[in-house]
Amino acid sequence: MFYREAGDFKTSYVDDGQTFPIRFDRYRYYAVLAVAFVVVPFIVGDYLANAILLPFLIYAIAAIGLNILTGYCGQVSLGTGGFMAVGAYACYKLMTAFPEVSMFIHVILAGGVTALVGVLFGLPSLRIKGFYLAVATLAAQFFLVWLFNRVPWFYNYSASGQISAPERTVFGIAVTGPNTEAWATYLFCLIFCLGTGLVARNLTRGTLGRTWMAIRDMDIAAEIIGVNPLRAKLTAFAVSSFFVGISGALFFAVYLGAVEVGEVFGIQKSFLVLFMIIIGGLGSMFGSFAGAAFLVLLPVVLKLVGVNVLGFPTDIVAHLQLIIVGSLIVVFLILEPHGIAQLWNVTREKLRLWPFPH
Amino acid sequence: MPEQLVFAMEVTLNGLMAGVLYALVALGFVLIFKASGIFNFAQGVMALFAAMTLVGIMDGQVPFSHLINATFGTDIHHFGWHVPALLAIILTTGVMVGLAWCVQQFVMRHLVNQAPIILFMATIGLAYFLEGLSDLMWGSEIKNLDVGLPQGINIWIDEATFNIFGYGFFIDNLDIVATVIAALLVVSLMAFSQYTKEGRAMRAVADDHQAALSVGISLNFIWVLVWSLAGFVALVAGIMWGTKSGVQFSLSLIALKALPVLMLGGFTSIPGAIVGGLIIGVGEQLFEFAIGAPYFGGATQNWFAYVLALVFLVFRPQGLFGERIIERV
Repeated sequence: MFYREAGDFKTSYVDDGQTFPIRFDRYRYYAVLAVAFVVVPFIVGDYLANAILLPFLIYAIAAIGLNILTGYCGQVSLGTGGFMAVGAYACYKLMTAFPEVSMFIHVILAGGVTALVGVLFGLPSLRIKGFYLAVATLAAQFFLVWLFNRVPWFYNYSASGQISAPERTVFGIAVTGPNTEAWATYLFCLIFCLGTGLVARNLTRGTLGRTWMAIRDMDIAAEIIGVNPLRAKLTAFAVSSFFVGISGALFFAVYLGAVEVGEVFGIQKSFLVLFMIIIGGLGSMFGSFAGAAFLVLLPVVLKLVGVNVLGFPTDIVAHLQLIIVGSLIVVFLILEPHGIAQLWNVTREKLRLWPFPH
Repeated sequence: MPEQLVFAMEVTLNGLMAGVLYALVALGFVLIFKASGIFNFAQGVMALFAAMTLVGIMDGQVPFSHLINATFGTDIHHFGWHVPALLAIILTTGVMVGLAWCVQQFVMRHLVNQAPIILFMATIGLAYFLEGLSDLMWGSEIKNLDVGLPQGINIWIDEATFNIFGYGFFIDNLDIVATVIAALLVVSLMAFSQYTKEGRAMRAVADDHQAALSVGISLNFIWVLVWSLAGFVALVAGIMWGTKSGVQFSLSLIALKALPVLMLGGFTSIPGAIVGGLIIGVGEQLFEFAIGAPYFGGATQNWFAYVLALVFLVFRPQGLFGERIIERV
């Protein structure tokens, strides 16, 4: 009914290897893009952008980054918050040092700086595996946050120890600072989100992605058949940190505007992004988006229902939210360890055969 | 004797005491990890939950009173009685056993045979759940916990060291009590696992699940037992930390501090947890005293333990006392 695949023939390798081989999926993808680029910017308001769209896009970038490291390469990282902080502070230093350069370039460069730091903290992964590595990445988390708190150079010796984004532009349109339009910030983040999504998707199905997955599935076996673990692990750390750095830069410069590092990029942030990819689906691009959307929407919905409909005080709703998120994670792990992405796949397979299943 | 050296000695002693508390939390991790291969991230939150429950029972708080008040518009908060500390501890132990049963029944039983990392993430979910639950049950304000443990400076040590070095060491009585209790706990746990039927069964399960199952040991029972033991250890740790710095959310963060302790000592070794705890406790205090505070602006305790563990692991990936990791294709 929904999928009409009859007559959808592939006549070249390019056709066969495209991201969405089924015509219906491909058109849906174009439709989503069209809505996101053409319709949403005209209707987006401050509340919609700040409460839902910006956090969703930015967290989706972070989730894609972590998913590359954890979902595709199998290296569990609890240092995402720390790497996001690197991106934010690199962006801040660049913004203040080179005010006339386009914000676009600053964000990319901030990602690059984070990639270097990521490789540095990824080096121990060659010796340390599994839980030990997960705990070792905590060293990055705590050390980086401490560093940005204690070394005044990073926050330009400001009295409060905070960093706040000055106004910077892309093609003459302000995307950071207090005088931004909702549509401008939204489009800025959307472009980055789409870009990282495309790059990540194509990296993961190329040579690099396959070496990552080989390392994930069994590192010793992969090494024996000729995958270079040094290269695979370090590239995973680099690419992952690059994306996480971009999301950190956007989170600080575009979304929040001012940041106190311990509060915003603490260990909670690392867990939040980790939950996104668990609930969304490890090793799945769609899962990164779905998980980010889910965990961004959940607090908003809970707050609407809890505070506005049921009339609970906000602190009780906050506690309930912890309980619900915690149990959701457990439920997901028990019922569907592959997350929302797998649920979606199952649904899609059913829809392809509906209404005449075998 | 030079002044710096005397200061360093005091710092070392205090570090040892702090290390004992880290070791206490790490012990709970090791117990569960050995018996079921689950890396229980929720251990710290269990300590928080246990301490909260203890305070709640002692003060006669009504559980979920905030929620009840918000739902029905009532205004209840206390039953109006005070439970003696010992009875409250026994009751809280009961609650922790109940919790262990629930965890086993509703979570871990359904996750048997899953990859270790999935189990780990499930315990992170459990940690969130427990954190929300304990706040919802007992309220999130900072509470005082007083079960009658002695506190304050130990006069005897102060005087004795003053007579020897001309400078009195500041050692908290509570830390000394904590050390004694931790030592007792370790000895009794060792005795339990060596000399009782259940303890031996526990070690058998730790050694090989399937072999243990085939000689008629109930895995279900052992796992409930292990989680209960871990809950009890969490309660002890919660009492110590709660008395020291109040029962509040930061209590659950000590779990994070216990992680480098575990890495250093190895996940599977009880003596490793103790030694690792002491090394981390002393190491971070001395580092802060000698290098961190004078050169780096202080607060290096936040990360020193992790970096130490990280560097250490690069040279010895299985930790100090961990079993040698043998990998096969």
